Amino acid sequence: MPFAGFIASRLFKALCVILAIAALNFVLIRLAPGDPASVLAGEAGATDPNFVLELRKQFGLDDPLWKQLGLYLWKVLHLDFGYSYRNHVPVLQLIAERLPATLLLMVSSFIVSLSLGVLFGALAAGVSFFNRARWLDPLIMTVALIFYATPLFWLALMMVIVFSVQLDWLPAFGMENISARYTGWDRVRDIGEHLILPTLALSFFFMSVYVRLTRATMMETMLQDHVRTAFAKGVTPWRVLRRHVLRNALLPIVTFAGLQLGQIAGGAVLIETVFAWPGIGRLMFDALLQRDYQLLLGVFLVTSATVIFFNIITDIAYRFVDPRIRVGGGAK
Amino acid sequence: MKSFWQRYARNVGGLIGLGILGSIVVIALFASILFPVSPWQMQGAPLLYPFEEPGFPLGTDMLGRDIAAGLAYGTRVSLFVGVVSTAFAVLLGIGVGACAGYFGGWIDDALMRVTEFFQTIPQLAMAIVLVAIFTPSLPSIVLAIALVSWPPVARLVRAEVLSLREREFVEAAIVLGRPTHKILLDEILPNAMPPVIVTASLMVATAILTEAALSFLGLGDKNFMSWGFMIGAARTMLREAPLLTVFPGMAILITVLAINLAGEALNDALNPRLRERGQ
Repeated sequence: MPFAGFIASRLFKALCVILAIAALNFVLIRLAPGDPASVLAGEAGATDPNFVLELRKQFGLDDPLWKQLGLYLWKVLHLDFGYSYRNHVPVLQLIAERLPATLLLMVSSFIVSLSLGVLFGALAAGVSFFNRARWLDPLIMTVALIFYATPLFWLALMMVIVFSVQLDWLPAFGMENISARYTGWDRVRDIGEHLILPTLALSFFFMSVYVRLTRATMMETMLQDHVRTAFAKGVTPWRVLRRHVLRNALLPIVTFAGLQLGQIAGGAVLIETVFAWPGIGRLMFDALLQRDYQLLLGVFLVTSATVIFFNIITDIAYRFVDPRIRVGGGAK
Repeated sequence: MKSFWQRYARNVGGLIGLGILGSIVVIALFASILFPVSPWQMQGAPLLYPFEEPGFPLGTDMLGRDIAAGLAYGTRVSLFVGVVSTAFAVLLGIGVGACAGYFGGWIDDALMRVTEFFQTIPQLAMAIVLVAIFTPSLPSIVLAIALVSWPPVARLVRAEVLSLREREFVEAAIVLGRPTHKILLDEILPNAMPPVIVTASLMVATAILTEAALSFLGLGDKNFMSWGFMIGAARTMLREAPLLTVFPGMAILITVLAINLAGEALNDALNPRLRERGQ
């Protein structure tokens, strides 16, 4: 499949998924207990009846359902996610202000968890491979197992207790020290300091997933014929591990990591809540507290769209990384 | 059956996990006998340290509620949500996966599109939206978690059914003219079960983590004390009384760890082939 065609089909598919999520949002609002108009208004306690009436008209709530759905999808396609009556701003504007912070957190956690996970997973597999320092393998796997069972938000709180409250090494709240009015590199360093704890807290769970996956995949690859052939050729063990085992194991790991992005996005909601990180996850929490359902559904839609966007990027990256894959066409 | 236990018992971690899990179930069952007073009830001075006063082995929270009682009652919510939501998710996943794998064609295509859709969207975000919109309660939490966690089961069952469908004993059943639903239920699904059981056991752990996250965010059922709620409530006292946050988190960690250990041992016991290949 030519590259342009591949991109076009992926984008079309993404659009379908996003419309499906919008349709799901629509259904949810209708299924919610209570009148959709008051749900949309955010259950604003003493709502003005005229205001609700206006909402009914605006959303065409008196039209047949299919017409309402059409109107809703049309609005979403035009990036109109409604109006947050609590904040008195369009939902899109609120989300757009917050999106960069979440992207920063997600990307940094993705990189940290994937690189640390592959590193420790390869180390665990490597010590059995070389038959040296074998105790490292159970140690790494036990630590991974513990992180795998630790609730993200609790780990985040524990890190706040240790590194902010007790040791006072790192800031625990917000994304930057606004009152200091840093500019240029000082600001970058300041944001970087604020980024460390949230990134690590979000990374450890996924790191443990990648550790286990990397070790298992490498162990399996070690038994394959091409590895035995490499040894028979006289390739040094270190080189075999790097070039023949790790390289082959890497692709399924990255594939899997791409699929995990949705989970990282979900985890970001918790982490942003703990660290008061000004991203869309925190926005989701605020929307929950305020019962601002338009905002809640808007954040849900944008979070999903972000994950889909990153999935497309991963797919494109494969095309360049692995010549064996002809995305979309090669398998047939 | 005997060889199953022998294989399970070879895994030390699995035995430890099972032991911990057993005690947690006992605590859940006898919570109201061990702690007859409701965990919401103020019982002592606020913010007591563990063992500062007899009767409060883990101390009290900022409202003077017994932490130990809260933890004991919290086991009920965690185990209930974990098991019941997983049961629903497994049923749904088996239904979707079996239909997709057995019938193939456009049915398979359509069902797999739906599965992919549910796998793409961020699970926790969707659970939050579902629970928030249907108002937080045990049923809505269970349904939300089930609704976001069935896709892996569907994929697994579909793959198993696809390979089993071509086997001779299934072909024989088709030739003998057995009705489709009988073939699926009697011949194919029982043989597809072992990997599903292992996946389900690990899903219970994930469901417990999701429930904790939901109630941490304030989306728990307010009628039942849960670990996530305790952490969420203690958060404001992080500086003054960090132990209030530490204890319920440890409870979640230990429970989830025990389930994961048991699940891995179950995997070794049910899929001996995989175990040998891994070594």
